Amino acid sequence: MTPLLEASGLSLRFGAIRALDDVAIDVWPGEVLAIVGESGSGKSTLLRVLSGQQAAEAGTVRYDGADIRSLSEAALRRLSRSDWGFVHQNPRDGLRMAISAGGNIGERLMANGARHYGDIRAEALAWLSRVEIDPARIDALPRTFSGGMQQRLQIARTLVTRPRLVFMDEPTGGLDVSVQAKLLDMLRGLVRDLGLSVVIVTHDIAAARLLAHRIVVMRHGRVVEEGLTDRVLDDPQHPYTQLLVSSVLAA
Amino acid sequence: MEQGYNFAYLDEATKRMIRRAILKAVAIPGHQIPFGAREMPLPYGWGTGGIQVTASIIGPNDTLKVIDQGADDTTNAISIRRFFARVAGVATTEHTAEASIIQTRHRIPERALREDQILVYQVPMPEPLFRLEPRVAETRRMHALAEYGLMQVRLYEDIARLGRIGTAYNYPVMVNARYLMSPSPIPAFDNPKMDRMPALQLFGAGREKRIYAVPPYTPVKSLDFDDHPFRAIRAPHACTLCGSTSSYLDEVVTDDRGGRVFVCSDTDYCQSRREKAA
Amino acid sequence: MSWALKAEGLAKSFTLHLQNAARIPVLGGVDLAVAPGECVALSGPSGAGKSTLMRCLYGNYGAGAGRILIRHRGEEMDLATAPPRLVIEARRESIGYVSQFLRVIPRVSSLAIVAEPLVARGVARGQAEAHARALLLRLNMPERLHALPPATFSGGEQQRVNLARGFAADYPVLLLDEPTASLDAANRAIVVALIDEAKARGAAIIGIFHDAEVRDRVADRLFTVQPIPDAA
Repeated sequence: MTPLLEASGLSLRFGAIRALDDVAIDVWPGEVLAIVGESGSGKSTLLRVLSGQQAAEAGTVRYDGADIRSLSEAALRRLSRSDWGFVHQNPRDGLRMAISAGGNIGERLMANGARHYGDIRAEALAWLSRVEIDPARIDALPRTFSGGMQQRLQIARTLVTRPRLVFMDEPTGGLDVSVQAKLLDMLRGLVRDLGLSVVIVTHDIAAARLLAHRIVVMRHGRVVEEGLTDRVLDDPQHPYTQLLVSSVLAA
Repeated sequence: MEQGYNFAYLDEATKRMIRRAILKAVAIPGHQIPFGAREMPLPYGWGTGGIQVTASIIGPNDTLKVIDQGADDTTNAISIRRFFARVAGVATTEHTAEASIIQTRHRIPERALREDQILVYQVPMPEPLFRLEPRVAETRRMHALAEYGLMQVRLYEDIARLGRIGTAYNYPVMVNARYLMSPSPIPAFDNPKMDRMPALQLFGAGREKRIYAVPPYTPVKSLDFDDHPFRAIRAPHACTLCGSTSSYLDEVVTDDRGGRVFVCSDTDYCQSRREKAA
Repeated sequence: MSWALKAEGLAKSFTLHLQNAARIPVLGGVDLAVAPGECVALSGPSGAGKSTLMRCLYGNYGAGAGRILIRHRGEEMDLATAPPRLVIEARRESIGYVSQFLRVIPRVSSLAIVAEPLVARGVARGQAEAHARALLLRLNMPERLHALPPATFSGGEQQRVNLARGFAADYPVLLLDEPTASLDAANRAIVVALIDEAKARGAAIIGIFHDAEVRDRVADRLFTVQPIPDAA
C-alpha cells in the first residue's frame, strides 16, 4: 500500500511570516488525518496547498503518485470535482445559496456528466436522508436551512460523487455545541462507511479525537508533533502539544 | 449611396479587424471572440453588434434582409435596412429566399436557409453563463475547460420547480459538442433550425464586444436531460392569416375585451403562403 | 516458550514541559512475555505504573525504550515503533483493550458501540449487532437499554458496555484494566466466565484486577510492576 497524498518540503512565506516551514505529511487510503494548532499556525494554508488551491514556494504534493503541480488546470479541477471534496467552515462558501438543496447535491453529478434528471433526483433524495435532512426539503433553498443543516447539505453535496479524499476546514467551527456533536457523529459514520481519506483542519481537540486516526500538530508553520491520535493526545511529547491538550476541558 | 461615408459605414481597417474576429470565430465554433466594437449611429440594444458584422461582410452585390422578431416591417428592421441601403447602396428585400445576408433579432426564418446565405444575429448578452457565474474570469475558465455542469443545474432547477424546462427563449446550446453558446434570444422553437444549418451563422454583441459563429453544417444541440428531452414548443394554434400549423406564432391582442389571434411571427413566410393560397 | 505478546526492555517516563520540564520515570526495563491462553495479572503498589504499562502495551502511550511485540497477520510487529496506520490495523485485528472508563460518543447507541469492532473488521452490520446483543444480554443489560447511548448509564452499566465491546471481537491479545471495578457479584462471575472462554480459545490476557477474588480465579501468574525510586 502507498499513501494517497504525500507532501514533502512544503514551504511558503507571507512577507516575514513563515506560513509553512518544511512541512511533510502523508495521508493513507481510508485514513483520517487531523491537523490541529492555534489560529495562524499555518494549518489552513497547509490545507489549501495540499488541495492545489495555492502553490507552495518549495516542496511537492503528490496525489496517487502524481505531482499535483504537474497536472494541467483542467486535470486538477477534474480531480477537485470527482476524486476530491472540500468542506468549508462556512457552508455559504461551499453551497450555491440561490440553488435548491437538490440542485446543490446534483451539481457535482451533472458536472461529471450525469444527464438523467430522475437519477440525479433520486441520488439527491438518498443523500438528504443520509445527512438527516427531511427529503421533502429537496426543492428548498439553502438559506431557509439552519446552520447545521447547511453544513450537512454541504457535506452531502461534496460526498455525492464518492470522492476518495476530502479536505475539511473547521467543518464544525461555526456551529452550536449540540449541533457539533451530531455533525461529528454523522461525519464519523460517513467516513467509515465510504472508506474516505480525510484531511481535517480543526482546533477542536475533541473533534480530532473522535474522527481522526492520526494527528499532526502545527505551530508557526512547522509540524511539531505527529502520530496516532490517542497517543498524541494522551501522551503528548512536545511542550506546545502538552499546552494544547492541557488547555482542553475533558477532551 | 450616401456620399461622405466609407462603403457600409465602417472604415476598411475596422472591417478588417472584425473579419479577422469572424474568421477566428468560424475556426472555433461557438467560442466568443473579443473585438473592438465601434460606436454606431444607434443605441446599444438596437443591434450595434449585428450591424458591425453585417457591415464587415456585405458587398455591393449582396441583397440584405433584416427582421426583428420575425417581422420585416418593424422600426428596428426598417431602420437597419434603410441604413445599409444609404451607406452601402445594396439591394434590400423582405423575401428570405432572395436575401444573401439576413440580419435578425430574436428569430430564425421559417424557410430553410441555403449555403449561399449568411444569417447575422443581434446578441444582447453573449455569455450563456452570466446569470449563473458572476465572475467573468471564472466563466472564461469554465469555457476553456468545458465545465458546463452549472448550466445543467439551471435546467434541473427548472424541472424541479416547474415540472419541465421553463426556458422558452435564449435556450442554451452546445456547439460542435464543445462550446456552450447563447443562441441569442430566439425562441427555443428555433433552436433545431441551427443544427447543421447550410448557411453560415454569425453572432455580434456590440455592447459586450463579442463575436461568435456557427459554420455551415455544424452540430448544434440544445441542452436537456435524457428523461426530459428538449422540445420545441409553439402555441397550439393555426395562424389566423395563413392557417400554418407548423410556424412559430405571435399572440396578438385585437381589442380590449380579451380578443386575440395567433399569427405567424415570420411575416414573409406568412405572406408568401397567403399569396400561394390565393 | 511461545508468546502472544512480549515486552522487552520497556521503559517509560514523562516529561512535563509545563512544569519546568520535570522528568518522571515510571517504567524501566520491563520484560514480560505472555503465552496464548495465559492470563497474567499485573501487581504492585498503587502508582507503580500498572496502568501506564497497560497503556504502553496498547500503544496509547509511546514507549521510551524497548520493544512491544505482538503477532499481527502472521508476523511479528513492534507496537513501539510501528507506524500509526499499522497500530490501528493491529488494534482492529490483533490486540484489544478494555479501559477502566468508557469514552462515550454522543448519539451512538450501546448496541452500535459494542458491534463497532466487528463492523470495523468487515462483519455485516446485522450479524455484528446480533452478536453484540447476545453479549449485552449475557452481561445483564436489558434490551431496552441497547438502543440508548450510554452517556446517562450508571458506572456499572457503562463498564458492562465497555466489556461487551472488548469481548465482542475475540482478540488474540486482550488487555483488561480493572474490568470488574464497578460490578456486582453476579456480573463479576460473568466476566470471569468470559475471561475463561477467551483463554480457552487461546487469547493471551493481561489484566489489572484489584478484586483479589477475581484475580485469583482467572490469573495464571502475577507480574509485579516495580516502582522506580524517585530520581529527584
